[in-house]
Amino acid sequence: MLLTLLLGLFVLSLLAPLINTFSRRFSGWLLSVVPFIVFILLAVKIPQVSGGYYSTEEYSWIPELGLIFSLRLDGLSQIFALLVTGIGSLILIYAGYYMRSYDKTSRFFGYLVFFMASMLGLVLAADLLTLFVFWEFTSLSSFLLIGFKHERPEARQAALQALLITGLGGLALLAGFILLYKVYGTFELATIIGNPELLASSPLLLPVMILVLIGAFTKSAIFPFHFWLPGAMQAPSPVSAYLHSATMVKAGIYLLARLNPLMMSSEWWVYSLSLFGVFTMFVGAWMSITQNDLKKVLAYTTVSALGTLVMLIGSSTDFAVNAMLVFLLVHAFYKATLFMMAGNIEKKTGTRMIDEVGGLYRYMPVASAISLLALLSMSGIPPMLGFISKELIYEAGINAPSAAGIILLLGFLSNAFILFASARIALDVFLGKPMFEKQPKEPDISLLTGPAILVIISLLLGLLPGRLTDSLLNPAMIHILPGSEAMKLKLWHGFNDILLLSFLTIVAGVLMYIFKARVTALVSYANLKYFKARFSDGFFGLIDGFMYLTSRKTAIVQHGYHRFYLMTIFVVASVLIALTFYGWKPKAELAQNLQAPTFTVLVFGTLIVVSTITTLLAKSRLVALISIGLTGLGIGLIFIEYSGIDLAITMIMVETMMVVLGTIVVFHLPRYLDFSDLRSRQRDVVIASVFGLLMAFLAFRSFTNPETKISEYFVENSYLLAYGKNVVNVILVDFRALDTLGEITVLLLAAFGIYALLKLKTEPK
Amino acid sequence: MASEIFKIAAVQLRPILLVLSLIVLYRGHNEPGGGFIGGIMAGMGFVLYAMAVGVEKARKSRTIKPVSFMGLGLFFALISGLFAPFSGVGLFMQGVWTEIELPWGSAIKLGTPLLFDAGVYLLVTGMITSIMYAIMEE
Amino acid sequence: MEVFIALIIGFLYGASVYMFLRRSIVKLVLGIIFLSHATNLLLFSTGGFLRGSPPFVDEVGSDASLPVADPLPQALVLTALVISLGVTAFSLVLIYRFYKETGSVDLDELAQMEKK
Repeated sequence: MLLTLLLGLFVLSLLAPLINTFSRRFSGWLLSVVPFIVFILLAVKIPQVSGGYYSTEEYSWIPELGLIFSLRLDGLSQIFALLVTGIGSLILIYAGYYMRSYDKTSRFFGYLVFFMASMLGLVLAADLLTLFVFWEFTSLSSFLLIGFKHERPEARQAALQALLITGLGGLALLAGFILLYKVYGTFELATIIGNPELLASSPLLLPVMILVLIGAFTKSAIFPFHFWLPGAMQAPSPVSAYLHSATMVKAGIYLLARLNPLMMSSEWWVYSLSLFGVFTMFVGAWMSITQNDLKKVLAYTTVSALGTLVMLIGSSTDFAVNAMLVFLLVHAFYKATLFMMAGNIEKKTGTRMIDEVGGLYRYMPVASAISLLALLSMSGIPPMLGFISKELIYEAGINAPSAAGIILLLGFLSNAFILFASARIALDVFLGKPMFEKQPKEPDISLLTGPAILVIISLLLGLLPGRLTDSLLNPAMIHILPGSEAMKLKLWHGFNDILLLSFLTIVAGVLMYIFKARVTALVSYANLKYFKARFSDGFFGLIDGFMYLTSRKTAIVQHGYHRFYLMTIFVVASVLIALTFYGWKPKAELAQNLQAPTFTVLVFGTLIVVSTITTLLAKSRLVALISIGLTGLGIGLIFIEYSGIDLAITMIMVETMMVVLGTIVVFHLPRYLDFSDLRSRQRDVVIASVFGLLMAFLAFRSFTNPETKISEYFVENSYLLAYGKNVVNVILVDFRALDTLGEITVLLLAAFGIYALLKLKTEPK
Repeated sequence: MASEIFKIAAVQLRPILLVLSLIVLYRGHNEPGGGFIGGIMAGMGFVLYAMAVGVEKARKSRTIKPVSFMGLGLFFALISGLFAPFSGVGLFMQGVWTEIELPWGSAIKLGTPLLFDAGVYLLVTGMITSIMYAIMEE
Repeated sequence: MEVFIALIIGFLYGASVYMFLRRSIVKLVLGIIFLSHATNLLLFSTGGFLRGSPPFVDEVGSDASLPVADPLPQALVLTALVISLGVTAFSLVLIYRFYKETGSVDLDELAQMEKK
């Protein structure tokens, strides 16, 4: 069933272009049907999953290597899978309308659904390799989506940056998974996670952890890899909304949550998650202060939110994990809404700079109401679900096992900054005084459906949070922190220190807004003065440096002189062959077993040697060709002497053809010229002799080293199994016919190549 | 360009070489010969003819193009490999044999390897003629 | 016998390398032909040196008392021969085209052309 759902989405991604051309008007609605059905089918499993029944499916993938493709739906997968498909269908509805003004939307929808399917596969994967494959799929599809407006250099750069960083992380992750396999002997997640002691006692613990962390941090835009995410806003708004809320960046969070039980006993794990998480949380919030671009503000708050999530996973207390799951949902809801709204604003007003728009509530009341509610959720103000999650985060901070003070302080500041950002968007963009001559209109219903639904859910869950605990949170929590239990969520906790903190946050945020001009000036001054580092620029500097290095290296190694390439190859080959003779001793009885050369073979050999020398020294091309044909003839005679009848016939015919061909071609070419001087000839003679001598040794060694031969099987069974008496022919057309098939294909290609070379006429320059 | 004797000899040689090459192909399974050798022989027959009368005329005198020979050859070879999986005998390229009773009492064995060999024969013939024709036209 | 054939193989390899290191593009093709000659002979010889007993069997299957020459290297070489015909023809045509495009048969000129 899980596989069917997953395949359904992948098939949809293939069909998406068709559906889009079939009806451009309703493509969004049509496309969202399948993900929505998947969402429903997953949702009806909620009671089962919370009852502890997990559906697992296994398919053999490459059984010879022990690779299994397996899927599993447990509490943790479920919460992510519901987000992916639920928000995904809403995004599709939105995108259907939003993308109308774009070209090549068919392709776009294909990518977007593929992205969704990959993400679903990632969270459903029940073994590390399956997970990894989908992990890379999400990197690839997000690359295509971020770079969708590929005519713009910024989009291409952002896409490349995202791909390189997440690709690097993917490689690290793969290495980590392979190390895990070395420890456990299986890729199966359940086995690995069920037995954390084995890893804890293994020396590979630290390498595995570092590699997994690199993988997760790059994907989830955690400092110092955070910079690709703001760049990724080059993508069309539906993609940003999806990428920031339910997919891509959440993949890293999912992985950390999934592997938490495995490594949480290690202090390193706890410290690195907390440290990087808290720092990212703060940096993201801080960076959002000075941004003016609506999407950039949102992007940096996402960075901050991701930091918060990582920090909460790292704390590994009941409070923290509980808070993390609630915040995950909250953030997905409001971030998707706000990005879609940012897209709407850009569409209707032509800009998304905060200081260029204002008073939108007059023109688009519905959109403004939706956005304001989402912003309330982002600021953590009742009655939205965001309020509950912020309370939980503070509670987790107070109860943090270590460094509670710092976590609390930075958390407080980050929340205040984010509240400031929300206030700016709310008060400057939607409220405030109108600044338009031409009145922007309310966005179309397709553009508002998704945001409206998300906000309503957010509001309802804020008012009635109790239902969440049993159905979604508890089943997920036990997979992040075994044995933990979620608290009953309530909107109102009574008067306590946490409420005080919440209140203080709001006060701080409002104060910042009142002194907006000064705050912004101060922060930009500080940024200029103290935080000059531009990670993105640094990254591209690194790439440029690498390119420079490779071009220099290429200029040295690839000098363009063909014969020196070959010389390098043969000299190196000679050295390597010589090395194989190190320590080789011929067997003692060897001398007796050697046969003396017969007279006929001596004659044939002489023919070969003489005609070869003639070729080497020939001044005329024709002489060279004919004598090389004679060399071939000599070899053919040796074939006859040693029982190779078919070979000899073929050889002699092939040689004849070769001479004819050569003669025809060579007569179109100018005469031989003497290009090289004596010195280089002497040098080449030395190289050639050394190589030839070594090859002679190698040949001799292979003759005198009889191993068991598989040919005996062919000889015995040639007639019994294949009804043929000519064993060579039977091998060619029966025993090893597949090889022959490949070989005749090569012949076909050679013929095509020749035909193309002769018949294709290039334009004269 | 070519001498009269060569012309006459080459024109006469073509059918002889073709028949001979078919014999070589057929007997290849049990005696020296086979698709590769037969193919080269047949190719040589065509090439000799083209040398004698010119490529243009040689091309016209053949109803099947060299390229089609190659395509047909590859097709035969592939088809021969598909017998086994489709008849459920074995994997791709596994040999399938059957015995046909001839009216005068004896029987001949026919099998997919023979078809495969015929494919090789056709492909090699096509390759040699198409290469040589192309080069001689230059 | 083994020594003699090994020497011939080595000699052919040496000749091929020497031809490879020349500047003339025609000699490069001759080098390729030598290389395939040498390799074919090497492959063939790994089957051993058995005279007068080609790899044919009769209907009852093989008889261990009557050894036949190793058929596998022969099969390998047989295809290699035909392929080397294809490859040689291809490289011949390639140098012909190269000459027609550039008017040169000197490989060193190729390097200078690339640099420009």
